[in-house]
Amino acid sequence: MLKGRVWKFGDNISTDHIAPGRYFHLRSNLPELAKHVLEDAREDFPELVQKGDIIVAGKNFGLGSSREHAPRIIKLAGISCVVAKSFARIFFRNSINVGLPLVELQETDEIDEGDILEIDLRRGTLFNITKGRGYSFEPLPSFVLEILELGGIDEYMKKYGDYRF
Amino acid sequence: MGKTMAEKIISEHVGKEVKAGEIVVAGVDVAFVQDGTGPLMVEQFHKMGFDSVKPKIAILFIDHAAPSPRKELSNAHNVLRGFAQQKNIKLVEIGEGISHQIVAEKYAKPGDLIVGADSHTCTAGALGAFATGMGSTDLALAFGTGKVWLKVPETIRVEVTGNLPDGVCAKDLIIKIIGDIGADGATYKALEFVGDTIENLSMESRLTLSNMAVEAGAKAGLIPTDEKTRAFLREHNREEDYREIAPDHDAIYERIIKIDASSMEPVVSKPHTVDNVAPVSAVEGTRIDQVVIGTCTNGRMEDLRIAANILKKHGKASGVRLIIVPASQKILLDAIHEGLMDIFVQCGATILPPGCGPCVGVHGGVPGDGEKVLSTQNRNFKGRMGNPKAEIYLCSPATAAASAAKGVITDPRKLL
Repeated sequence: MLKGRVWKFGDNISTDHIAPGRYFHLRSNLPELAKHVLEDAREDFPELVQKGDIIVAGKNFGLGSSREHAPRIIKLAGISCVVAKSFARIFFRNSINVGLPLVELQETDEIDEGDILEIDLRRGTLFNITKGRGYSFEPLPSFVLEILELGGIDEYMKKYGDYRF
Repeated sequence: MGKTMAEKIISEHVGKEVKAGEIVVAGVDVAFVQDGTGPLMVEQFHKMGFDSVKPKIAILFIDHAAPSPRKELSNAHNVLRGFAQQKNIKLVEIGEGISHQIVAEKYAKPGDLIVGADSHTCTAGALGAFATGMGSTDLALAFGTGKVWLKVPETIRVEVTGNLPDGVCAKDLIIKIIGDIGADGATYKALEFVGDTIENLSMESRLTLSNMAVEAGAKAGLIPTDEKTRAFLREHNREEDYREIAPDHDAIYERIIKIDASSMEPVVSKPHTVDNVAPVSAVEGTRIDQVVIGTCTNGRMEDLRIAANILKKHGKASGVRLIIVPASQKILLDAIHEGLMDIFVQCGATILPPGCGPCVGVHGGVPGDGEKVLSTQNRNFKGRMGNPKAEIYLCSPATAAASAAKGVITDPRKLL
């Protein structure tokens, strides 16, 4: 079960918002790159984000580049889950591979900044504690949930040595 | 039951018949990374305990920050050079060209399954390959196991008919398609481009279409092979790589989009998303500070010829910085031999070495605060070129050159 405070973002948050190209030279230094996570969408975000916080966004979150650094620095900044109406394909894969949980939920407009959410990835439920409102979503396939629970596909491969699906 | 191109190619690489919606593990023919994604691939390759590199063709490209503008990036490049040497695999050095162009020229074969740690890997779809972008860890898995996991995508068939009017390019067509279906209109899906307009397009124009499939969210952008594909392979001394690959006539599509090319006009993507599309006429007269012609989207000979023809007649407006970035060393040489580079330099353009240059915001043309850039590249996200306080418009090479000539966004049909 995940529980955290909400940061709200809009539609089409790109990998250039998340990991700007001008910090290209920091890609081999992820803790430094994480100090700039999403700063082009919200300047104060990297400074104020707390461990366990949850990002809630509109549609097509993570569009753009294949840079896996994007979900890695979101995770490194302490974000426990990203909830959005939809995700760009490569970002979605990369997030699973690095162990960053994602939830696809159409009703993100009903969630406000600062709300406290409780999310059960296996059951597919999201409860907005602040508003007293609950939602359900299609849980991810079980092999994907296992990758997330192990902390990433690298840990999965170390455990199994090959794809097991 | 009939198959789409994506279903056919993935079936061959799984070793059994598969259809849209299935999750499969498929063999990889070509796997590559670039200097922005490669060092993390190397780290993950070692972390997962792999030793040998499995795909027949595995390549490391240094194209994003080439030549290196900073010591951190020079060190990252050396990680790739060390890995290439240790594993005895191909490394493409600074100045040789952009991964997608080199893959098209030398490696991609019709029917191949290609994965690259770069979102524009879909470019090779123009050669009838299933080519898709992934992240560094997926590429580490591809390098280490020779396989990737995929969900077989549904396909949107894009049927384009009629002649493109003079001054309207393949770039206008793909920008229009993205504007019509939206930046997430093809998420998780493949696009198939068919119809007489596509058949009449050069291979260079087809590469422009497939290059931008990802800007509609697509996993791949495929084009059936034909005599033009064969001629392109022959021109690059590998005609034997040709094979016919096309969808079955009874293939099942998620939907079919029909476009009449003959009624089109030049278009731009306005800041800050690719699907924020308007006709050039709606933004004509907008003052611009910098024009970029080139990149993996429009840095081929056809594009440079279109631009040079306009600039030769009309020159470049003073006060506009013009940057030319060819997609590969071969193109740079061809453009020199054909006299195009003379035209560019004489009108005051700056020539960058083949590479990703200004498009990725690392070096070679970062705009200033409040500046407006018009570029033939594929993305205009906020901050894309290295400054979130700049605005980027995307357009065809004809519109870029006409606008460089006038100093304001200009409809190229007026200068033909």
